[in-house]
Amino acid sequence: MLTCKQFLQELNDYLDPNTDPDMKRRLEAHVTECPNCFVIVDTTKKTLEIYKGVEPQTIPEDVKTRLWRALERKMAARKCAQG
Amino acid sequence: MSLVPSTTAPDVFDESALVAKARAGDAQAFTELVNRYERKIYRLAKHITQNDEDAEDVLQEAFLKAYEHLDSFHGNSKFYTWIVRIAVNEALMKLRKRRGDRTVPLDEPVDTGEEMVAREIAVWEDNPEQRYSREEIQQILDRAIESLKPDFRTVFILRDIEEMSTEETAETLGISVPAVKSRLLRARLALREKLTRQFKRKGEDAFAYL
Ligand SMILES: [Zn+2]
Repeated sequence: MLTCKQFLQELNDYLDPNTDPDMKRRLEAHVTECPNCFVIVDTTKKTLEIYKGVEPQTIPEDVKTRLWRALERKMAARKCAQG
Repeated sequence: MSLVPSTTAPDVFDESALVAKARAGDAQAFTELVNRYERKIYRLAKHITQNDEDAEDVLQEAFLKAYEHLDSFHGNSKFYTWIVRIAVNEALMKLRKRRGDRTVPLDEPVDTGEEMVAREIAVWEDNPEQRYSREEIQQILDRAIESLKPDFRTVFILRDIEEMSTEETAETLGISVPAVKSRLLRARLALREKLTRQFKRKGEDAFAYL
């Protein structure tokens, strides 16, 4: 059986759905036997879920205004160049 | 707040038509593309640079450059991946400049994932995202990212937030695939540790050297 240290080295593979089934089985064997690594896996998964679940916030109004001004200038310049 | 994956990914067909129009000089079409992605690009820029002023510059530069170089976008990758690459390059340039000024703290201690360290082995309370306000969650997540070294947080942002592949991330950052993997592991473990301190169930205080 893998040690905890070895298991943690392969944690990414364990979380990756495309990892080869043989490797997966060896990793799975460790998690079912080891309560500590079980908790680490569980809380790492939750960490990723919570980050993926957050929608980006809206941009501050003044930042947005300056972005659009810059873009408009650029677009106008292109129009002029093309005649 | 829900944990459903981001639904901002628009219809691909719809998008390639939009990109084609933008390339043909349709300002309206380009405007639509900016509207779709400005929030994500701004978040990315802020996460990498950790500086409001730099993030704003990156946002502007990324879309201005994209507009200027639309001709060189051939549509074999997604428009979003392309604009993310431009933004990441701009953001890294800002970061390097600041590192030069030494305003970015260098080498904060980080969980390496390679040594035996004391790790929190606490179970989380159920649905932490329902126990805190949206703003509180946002702040907790942002602070945790901010505490990572730039090399680690950049890999985490591209792989786990922007959902780029390992190969795309390696190419974008100009580093090897193994480097992406090891930085991602360290970043994930460090963030897990930080969020555990925040979200663990009351009375759970177990540590283990793993
Ligand atoms: Zn273990």
